[in-house]
Amino acid sequence: MPLPALDSARWQSSSRAFAWGVRSVGSTVLALVLFATYLGIGALAHDSGFSLGWVLTSTALVWAGPAQIILISTLGSGATMVQAAIAVTVSAIRLFPMVVSVLPMLRAPRTKRRHLVLAAHFIAVTLWVECSRLLPQVPRERRVAFTHGLGVGLLAVCLVATTIGYGLAANLPQLFAAAILLLTPLAFLLSTARNCRQFADVVALVLGLALFPLAALLHSGVDILISGISAGSIAYGVHWWRARA
Amino acid sequence: MSDFFGDWHALLALLIAGFLPNEVWRMLGLWLGGGVDEGSELLVWVRAVATAILAGVIAQILVQPPGALASVPGWLRYGAAAAGCAAFLVSRRSIFIGVVCGELVMLAGKWWLG
Repeated sequence: MPLPALDSARWQSSSRAFAWGVRSVGSTVLALVLFATYLGIGALAHDSGFSLGWVLTSTALVWAGPAQIILISTLGSGATMVQAAIAVTVSAIRLFPMVVSVLPMLRAPRTKRRHLVLAAHFIAVTLWVECSRLLPQVPRERRVAFTHGLGVGLLAVCLVATTIGYGLAANLPQLFAAAILLLTPLAFLLSTARNCRQFADVVALVLGLALFPLAALLHSGVDILISGISAGSIAYGVHWWRARA
Repeated sequence: MSDFFGDWHALLALLIAGFLPNEVWRMLGLWLGGGVDEGSELLVWVRAVATAILAGVIAQILVQPPGALASVPGWLRYGAAAAGCAAFLVSRRSIFIGVVCGELVMLAGKWWLG
């Protein structure tokens, strides 16, 4: 479903932009991937002894699949609150550069910082990828409302999936569970590849994949951070060198 | 109501170990990213690092698979990801076709292994 043209009257109000955001949930294959991921998270929470209300609250408040998987599995295996908090904090660092890179696309001249708090909360991999793809097709002054709509729509999909997964738990065959877990890396890999706008992004993606197995040999607990910052900085170096040449 | 949410200790753990560690990074991004221009050189670096960290998360799931994915041998996981990428490129960058091909290769491999 294509969005209306930038100068269309159908962008006239914020509530309409919000509605277009909600409807855009249907235009992304990532919504299906999120659905499957949250089926898995619901099932994992059930098997780890958490209540349905708890896991629904975590979907709404944490709003980051990998962080929730880490939280549930560490708390469920008897780790202390502090140990779980450290593991989740490291996995969440990636949200920082994502928010920083989405902000300039969201902001209009009169946008106040407090108007962006909810949009920043919704930023996770899916919204980061979809904002890069869709926001250029949205008039600048309607982008915050559009992002709120997209975020609320995706959150609704995930809350439903969490509930279904919680109910289905214990009956998932192993092959089905493996297929659900493979969906996340496949979809993240391909949507990131499609999101690459500059040569530096392509280098960052390929090097980031290649350097992780090396960084993992360090067993530092922050392996992803080490490989990510090195690969990203090398990619930036390549970009800088090409711009000069 | 207390049955639905569980005990207060679990909810406290959710806030301290789940909500805060994620929200802190988002709000720091909102606070510190305020002055960054679209198209600035700093943003090129920030985007490259975000992409590479995400690539690391993807690689980690493939190299150190969680739960049931560990029942799929390594060569089949990497083969499925490579097949997905090939289908994505051949299909003029269709995410859907790429994901479906990758999944089919994994399922076919598991079936062939028995």
